Amino acid sequence: MIALVDCNNFYVSCQRVFEPRLNGQPVVVLSNNDGCLIARSDEAKALGFKMGEPYHLARPALQQHGVRVFSSNYALYGDMSRRVLRVLGDWVPEVDVYSIDEAFLNLDGTQFLRRGQSLSQYGSDIRAAVLQHVGIPTCVGVAPTKTLAKLANRLTNRRTGHNVVTLETDAQRQAALAATPIEQVWGIGRRYGKKLLEMGLVTAADLTAMPEGWVRRHLGGVVGVRLWQELHGQPCLDFDPAALEDEERPARRHSVAHTRSFGRPQRDPAVLGEAVASFVARAAEKLRRHGLSAQVLTVLLGTDRQAPQPHTFTAVATLPAATHDTGELTRAALERLRRLLRPGTAYHRAGVMLSGLEPMGQTQLGLFTQTPEQLQRSQQLMTRLDALNQRFGQSTVRYAAAGLQEQKWEGRHNFRSPAYTTDWQNLWQVCA
Amino acid sequence: MTSITPFSVAVDWAGFTLPLFACPVPAGFPSPADDFPDAPLNLYELLFAHPASTFLARVSGDSMVGVGIRSGDIVAVDRSLQAGEGSIVVALIEDEQTLKCLRYRNGRPWLDAANERYAPIAVAEGGLHLWGVVTHVIHSFQGAKPKTSPAVRKPVARRP
Repeated sequence: MIALVDCNNFYVSCQRVFEPRLNGQPVVVLSNNDGCLIARSDEAKALGFKMGEPYHLARPALQQHGVRVFSSNYALYGDMSRRVLRVLGDWVPEVDVYSIDEAFLNLDGTQFLRRGQSLSQYGSDIRAAVLQHVGIPTCVGVAPTKTLAKLANRLTNRRTGHNVVTLETDAQRQAALAATPIEQVWGIGRRYGKKLLEMGLVTAADLTAMPEGWVRRHLGGVVGVRLWQELHGQPCLDFDPAALEDEERPARRHSVAHTRSFGRPQRDPAVLGEAVASFVARAAEKLRRHGLSAQVLTVLLGTDRQAPQPHTFTAVATLPAATHDTGELTRAALERLRRLLRPGTAYHRAGVMLSGLEPMGQTQLGLFTQTPEQLQRSQQLMTRLDALNQRFGQSTVRYAAAGLQEQKWEGRHNFRSPAYTTDWQNLWQVCA
Repeated sequence: MTSITPFSVAVDWAGFTLPLFACPVPAGFPSPADDFPDAPLNLYELLFAHPASTFLARVSGDSMVGVGIRSGDIVAVDRSLQAGEGSIVVALIEDEQTLKCLRYRNGRPWLDAANERYAPIAVAEGGLHLWGVVTHVIHSFQGAKPKTSPAVRKPVARRP
């Protein structure tokens, strides 16, 4: 059996741990640059605030209802997420992290259950442990496959206190499938959801009732069949919901990107250069963390999205050989940026995307690329750089191109809470 | 990105160690044991017996000076521990966190200060909400709030 543990309104819950008086109050968290609503407490949802709603449009209503507004605080959320995962890891050795606030637990083998303990009791115990140890409320779905665990989790109901749903018997599974709209099945993106609805399939049960051959023909071939099997309770280890989803979350990484909107429009080539260089550094770090090198680098500049003629300008550089060296990537990025910039134009966002990814060390030595010695030196330098930045904080050691001064392009975050758990200067306070 | 985080408490402290030598070093004669220092002591292990559930907090206020917790100190608070008679706890009073000592009188919980200027607080029936149990206090004699992080602090030059 597999359990999916999903943190309730995770970002809001993180804020509430350190400010308990927010319990029961409407709270929202904004995206980077305070652009739009990315997390809402149940109370804020009940007031009608929508996911992704632009903040500047929602502001009057938020003020009218006295909703507490926070800028996103990823230092805090990341640390709280690590703590949740650590607690889960104490229960079950196999924890499969799905996102910052969701993880699958492999419950196979009954050794985790005490004698006479039911699966749903076990799920409640895990839930209680996370709540006590970290302070984050969760919902738990337990079922034979990941897809069904996800589906079970959707059927939990916080208002009625049904925080754990288990699908053990066939009857439970059938009832759950019948209660789930087709477009809300994990992996059925908007595109397939619409298609299946047009074909008259309304619930997940309607899909499982179709023969396998039909699914193969109409639902993306073998990937669709895997989904169908998972819904039938047969685990498919290599089922990858992202292969069907037409939204983000690429199955295997095809690219690594770092894009940001600026706090205010930027014209100064020097400031833009610093921004791009620091985006390269972040993207390259991500690249190295995944053991990858990139062959293609794309620099992106965007002008006002709200303007009648929004424009995105991109310049692509193909590198002589795949690399993960921040220095090399920065040189290429700045060279492209110089060609891309139009004097006097105000840019609202910029970004760097690394693609043409391949595993590190597969690079062919070419006539015009680095010698083995140079490659080794660059590897060592990058390893040191990552270790220092991991230990002493992001961007402690950085390329001078990324700027030494206050970063003018830094975004807006007017309502950011302190990094309560990761910064000595920001520790939360208790009164004595 | 402007703020430089000294180190993430959750992760990076694990690698922050201090060497401890097995025996005091006698002046003048090198001890052969010094070539084999014991495994370095890790302060993180002492403060974070339960890393997932332990949080550091800055104390403000003087109600707990009697047990050696002063304003500006840092306390380690463990959410996984069961509080009992005499535990120093972070409790919620009207949804505000406060640091007090948990006492039971006639079976009823009270939150006592460790400072005679503060009266004990009676907890209403079923109204005891604990955030966590205080396990350690870190008191600095260099002033309560260091301006720079300990990791990057430069030694202060002394006047002759």
